[in-house]
Amino acid sequence: MSQFPGTSGTPGAPGMPADPAVARRANRLMIAVLAVIAALLVVRAWVGTEVGSGADAQVVHGYGMVFVEQQGAGHVQVPAAEWAQAVAADPAQQRVMVSWPRTVGVWAAALLTLAVLSFLWRDNPVYKLAESVVVGVSAGYVMSTAVWSSLVNQVFGKLAPGLTKAYLSPGLTTTESDWWALVPLGLGMLLLCRLSARLSWVGMFPLAFVVGVFSGWRFVQYVESDLLAQVATMFDPLYVAGPTAAATVGGTLCAVLVLVGVLTVLAYFFFSLEHKGPVGGAARIGVWYLMITFGASFGFTVMGRIALLAARCEFLFDDWLWLIDPAGKH
Amino acid sequence: MSRSIAVLVAGVAAVVMVLSKFIVPMESAETTVAEWFNAAAAIAFVLGGASLLKMNLLTISARGPGWGYAAVTLVAFLATLGVGLFKVGVPPSAAFPDHRMGGTPDAEGGALWWIYEYLMSPITGTLFAMLAFYVASAAFRAFRAKNAAAIFLLVTAFVVLLGRTYAGVFVTSWIPDDVPWVSWLRLENLSAVIMSVFTTAGTRAMIIGIAIGVAATGIKIMIGLDRSYLGAGAGGGNG
Repeated sequence: MSQFPGTSGTPGAPGMPADPAVARRANRLMIAVLAVIAALLVVRAWVGTEVGSGADAQVVHGYGMVFVEQQGAGHVQVPAAEWAQAVAADPAQQRVMVSWPRTVGVWAAALLTLAVLSFLWRDNPVYKLAESVVVGVSAGYVMSTAVWSSLVNQVFGKLAPGLTKAYLSPGLTTTESDWWALVPLGLGMLLLCRLSARLSWVGMFPLAFVVGVFSGWRFVQYVESDLLAQVATMFDPLYVAGPTAAATVGGTLCAVLVLVGVLTVLAYFFFSLEHKGPVGGAARIGVWYLMITFGASFGFTVMGRIALLAARCEFLFDDWLWLIDPAGKH
Repeated sequence: MSRSIAVLVAGVAAVVMVLSKFIVPMESAETTVAEWFNAAAAIAFVLGGASLLKMNLLTISARGPGWGYAAVTLVAFLATLGVGLFKVGVPPSAAFPDHRMGGTPDAEGGALWWIYEYLMSPITGTLFAMLAFYVASAAFRAFRAKNAAAIFLLVTAFVVLLGRTYAGVFVTSWIPDDVPWVSWLRLENLSAVIMSVFTTAGTRAMIIGIAIGVAATGIKIMIGLDRSYLGAGAGGGNG
């Protein structure tokens, strides 16, 4: 069994042309395009990129280089022009330097971005590799931050404040042990019993506790900030005085339209009465309001995704390839 | 019997959270229970991690389809967890410059920060960005102006999309912006009217509906009618 399925590009697989000859031609074309792009990038790297201006100008042969400056205990990213300026003043300076971890990071991010975008061509091993990386990394990230923020500070810090302060969290303010912290620890241990087939029933108690707390918490939050607050806005005055007659008419009309919209949409969601007669008419108007809401949401979603895509393209062309410089980073 | 106890635990926990809102001396109970919840949820992440390990190790040991990807996931998970738990490369905090564990695990310059900044964020960002293509292609195939409701949806999406771009502003730039009765017809103003009137009304009604639904579910859990979280054989979602 192949450890990386999909490497052979089986004709007839989803996204692949049924005809093997067509599939081969498509593969060759894609490889040729990638080769031309790679050759152009190599040529550009050989020519180099000029950073800085005037007498401070320096040529950098490479992409994605990140320059940093020592500030306090760590480093802060600075524009490449600042490095050029520092080198022009003192070629042996150590104040502004290349950050190799960040430079490797920009390359890794760029290659992973391209790996994910390759899915637009078709599902392929490079995409699957990026997908596997993000699954593992996300799980590890969430788990380690949860351990530090909740377990260390709220459990270990309360059970053994001295040890925790000395070895794990010097900023801990607790000084005396609070044995009530054994309760969440015990609940957590019981939760781990779900991993065992024989003892998984024990895990239902902490689960019930988590569900109960969450539902009670949400109950209060939703009733207070969503239900009551939203209903309260319906009692705002319908007559909205403005500086001009047009503003007054416009504001009042908007207020009336909002009230009518809320009531008609609620009528649509009210299923205890049959949607006939006046209720049916109101529900129909409610559907129109809902459609306008969904249309606006759709437009916003598309806009948001396109903005994200633009940000990724900007990263590739600015941070990695140095072809553009809208933020003056170089 | 054990299921009844679990239902009782959930009900009591929920009632305590609700009552702590109304009874002042119980406010500290709310904070304590919320801390317990956070700690138990953090251990639930350990459960999730253990489950991920188990699943991927099984795939690798059985040489199942895609075991190479399972190995990549496993290595990525363990490496991230390791650097996160041991705060690898984290610069000391300004308050405790001599303590190696003084900084936060995801502080700038640390290994976990690097992983987030250069691995996790670009991949998730690109995955979401790629949805632009699929949303547009699905919309092209699915949206048909068959009735008034569908026309409303299409026209609104079009107006909101155009109204937020330079092209949209340019298209209706000939409409005077200083004439009160017609200036709303400019696409950027029309988009703003749609958002502030129609979308506000629709969203408000939906929020009210969702809040009523959440409140009803909460009450069902408090009185033990909803036992779906206990799994199959527990009386079903509606008790």
